[in-house]
Amino acid sequence: MATHESTSANPKVNYEYRRRKARDEMRMQVTSFATMIFMTFIAFIVVIADFDKYYAFPVLLLLAGAQVVLQLYYFMHMSHKGHGTAALFLYSGALIAFITVLTFLTIVWW
Amino acid sequence: MDDMNQKFTSRTWPESPEKTTLEGKNKFLGFWLFLGGETVLFASLFATYLALKDSVPSSDHYLAADMFALPLVFIMTMLLLTSSLTSVYAMYHMKNHNYQKMQTWLLLTVLLGAAFLGFEIYEFYHYVHDYNHTFTSSAFGSAFYTLVGFHGAHVVVGLGWFILLLVRNAKRGLNLYNAPKFFVASLYWHFIDVVWVFIFTVVYLMGMVG
Repeated sequence: MATHESTSANPKVNYEYRRRKARDEMRMQVTSFATMIFMTFIAFIVVIADFDKYYAFPVLLLLAGAQVVLQLYYFMHMSHKGHGTAALFLYSGALIAFITVLTFLTIVWW
Repeated sequence: MDDMNQKFTSRTWPESPEKTTLEGKNKFLGFWLFLGGETVLFASLFATYLALKDSVPSSDHYLAADMFALPLVFIMTMLLLTSSLTSVYAMYHMKNHNYQKMQTWLLLTVLLGAAFLGFEIYEFYHYVHDYNHTFTSSAFGSAFYTLVGFHGAHVVVGLGWFILLLVRNAKRGLNLYNAPKFFVASLYWHFIDVVWVFIFTVVYLMGMVG
């Protein structure tokens, strides 16, 4: 069973190809890390700049959402194939999460 | 079982060692189901916090905007975000079958996580002693410590998990028995960072805006 990935006729080529692919992916990971740091800076600047909350809240939530997408799809490899069921589980949880927060907020607002 | 303890080199190591064995596949799937459940758990705590934020019995209690300080939250965010990257590096070396480098990066992850935890303990101590903001002082206090404390408890579990894996497998080397274990622990660690992104945004940043 450990051989199922050795599909290439030349294992050496396969090995070097995999190494290169992993390296490229790692570069992508560092890029997404830099993007997350950048988004964190923007979020803190928005608070320091003391914008009105009706401007600040949507921006902050959007930045958090984008950062979480990067974390899930790159750091947690959800962009790789074979993550269909994983995505189903997580998004089911996220749906219930959204409804729960919405419910509690509407309870206190009305 | 002899399958699982088979010795590999970086050339014979499978491309997705975390999902090569049936146990690894099941672990992977089961863990994502668990993360879906964790999402719901944290959602209920976030919802409670949002509903009870700044709900204090009298005006001599401090509110979110009076207590939270940006520098501390910023340092904690950077520590946890960086620890997420170091565990990505660890999994990169795991996939290349470089056990020693994987151990080094995981150790770095543990150190960053421990530093985060240290700041969090200081933060709670500071709120309790300088602001009288405790678990029982107000509904706001209960909701705050339950949400942020639950995240902190996840950090403790994540650190303990990494340390146990590192100690138990210190001399075993990397094989198909432990590769899924390291992989799943690193998924958990990333999830802790995902939750923190919402905590620093919703609790601290939005709390300071208003």
